[in-house]
Amino acid sequence: MKILVLAKQVPDTDKVKIDPLTGTMIREGLDAVINPLDLHALELALCLKETHRAQITVLSMGPMSTEMVLRDTLALGADRAILLSDSAFAGSDTWATSYTLSEAVKKLNIEYDLVICGEKATDGETGQVGVEFAVLLNLPVITYVSRFVSLQNDSIVVERTVEDAYETWKVRLPALISVLRSVSEPRLPTLSGKKMSLSKKVEIYNARDLGLKNNDLGLTGSPTRVVKVYNTKLSRNCQLYMGKDLNQGIQEVVKILKNYKGSVRR
Amino acid sequence: MIGVVNNQIDKNTLELLGKANQMAVKIQTQVCLFIIGSKELKVDHVKDYADLTVLMLSENFGRFSLYPFLINLEKAILKYRPSILLSPATTFGRTIMPALAARLRTGLTADCTDLDVDDKGNLLQTRPAIGGNVMATIITPNHRPQMATVRPRSFSVQPEKREGRVRIEEITELEDSCELIKIEKREPSAQIDQAQIVVSVGKGLRRKENTQIAEKLAQLVSGAVGATRSVVDAKWFSHDHQVGLSGKTVKPKVYIAAGISGAVQHIAGMQTSEIVIAINKDRYAPIFKVADIGLVADAYSTLEQIVKILEDESDA
Repeated sequence: MKILVLAKQVPDTDKVKIDPLTGTMIREGLDAVINPLDLHALELALCLKETHRAQITVLSMGPMSTEMVLRDTLALGADRAILLSDSAFAGSDTWATSYTLSEAVKKLNIEYDLVICGEKATDGETGQVGVEFAVLLNLPVITYVSRFVSLQNDSIVVERTVEDAYETWKVRLPALISVLRSVSEPRLPTLSGKKMSLSKKVEIYNARDLGLKNNDLGLTGSPTRVVKVYNTKLSRNCQLYMGKDLNQGIQEVVKILKNYKGSVRR
Repeated sequence: MIGVVNNQIDKNTLELLGKANQMAVKIQTQVCLFIIGSKELKVDHVKDYADLTVLMLSENFGRFSLYPFLINLEKAILKYRPSILLSPATTFGRTIMPALAARLRTGLTADCTDLDVDDKGNLLQTRPAIGGNVMATIITPNHRPQMATVRPRSFSVQPEKREGRVRIEEITELEDSCELIKIEKREPSAQIDQAQIVVSVGKGLRRKENTQIAEKLAQLVSGAVGATRSVVDAKWFSHDHQVGLSGKTVKPKVYIAAGISGAVQHIAGMQTSEIVIAINKDRYAPIFKVADIGLVADAYSTLEQIVKILEDESDA
């Protein structure tokens, strides 16, 4: 059993600060961490390693600082970590990212029976790369997996949560699942794991190693362009109600709620 | 042609058709609705919202499975060649659209909250960007179709306006490596990123039992309950209720922050809401800086009073 986990490094939002003038997030100087949702994907892989002696490869694309993040996945128990890093990859949208990752899997002959990824990354919040990656490799896909039920010889059974139902699917491997937090409770790294990871190497490949052409990569290879970034409603003038005015404020709130309720479907 | 894709005929479909019609007038094109789903779907009441409705119905399409849907949709998209393709940001849209984008080698913008077209026919796709009150507008200049998933309730339903044609496409059946073996219906709960009114609670509610008042209020106004990270960590609510950087970014019409002090991580997830109402005992709490209306009071008893007024009035 070979498992491939897709991971992304994101800014550590626990320590994020907001620029008081623009109201935007200050990204500089933020530590990079593994996308918190990817930890649930990795944890599921680690559980399968314990129960089914699975071999785990973690694959990521990102700046060189991602190496530290991938090292942490080795400390947790991943067997192999691969980083795709090149200035030519910078500015990739979801198509270019998925393309680069899927090409790397082909070119590096990365073997897998099951690919696991998190629902989305906490920074971009698109949740598109897992599906696009899978389709580029013609892999079956189950999204929004809330529970891993079982692993049989050549198939898995998983529960998927959608708007109106819990669906249980049996999927022939190889396949990709994107998982919600409820699939696992991530473990913490141990000291011995950290020590052990120091002797392991994160494999790093650039565009040339993968034989990829710049036209398909990074910003150049990305179909989408950000044309405008703007702030909305920077500051609000808060009308404060307290003490004897409180009741007036409550009436005001009730008025607003009555105005907007009912326009909503259940 | 502007295309709208869905696997059911619901309010999301009508909202997207409303916006598609507005944009179609602007660039003088037609609107095409692609419906792929169960044989039971009836389109009579929606067909006049589009110039053309393309139906791909099968008894095997009752529940969504990626490849059977993907292969048939892709065929229809290549046949009708819409220059813009929209789908709701539901579990269906968020799965089928990236798959289609990968096959068609085109761009896709997730979770848009606003759309427009410029005079060159570029789809202007606007979505909340990382961390809070920043919005980003994205275009897909050289690839077609230009694809976007759109958050439910971003647009209003517009009146129908024409006699729409309906065309039925033949279905290609294929062997699926995914097999549905069990289905358990669940109460469709209001998702916090889809509700028009969100009532969020923080540690200021003091006890888990006290959060029932927020659920009651949310129920009365057909809204959803949100939560801060600290109360999710305390297991008062499951993670899908969490608003903020490590949870969801929400943009409702009305956001009520009850007993929430306003950590930057939380504020980043709610500050694009239209009206923000904050309830907190501490008048210097940072949440008031991003609020339109601030009630300096105990969160629980204030919610209780609001609920009481709304209940009394609905009884009357």
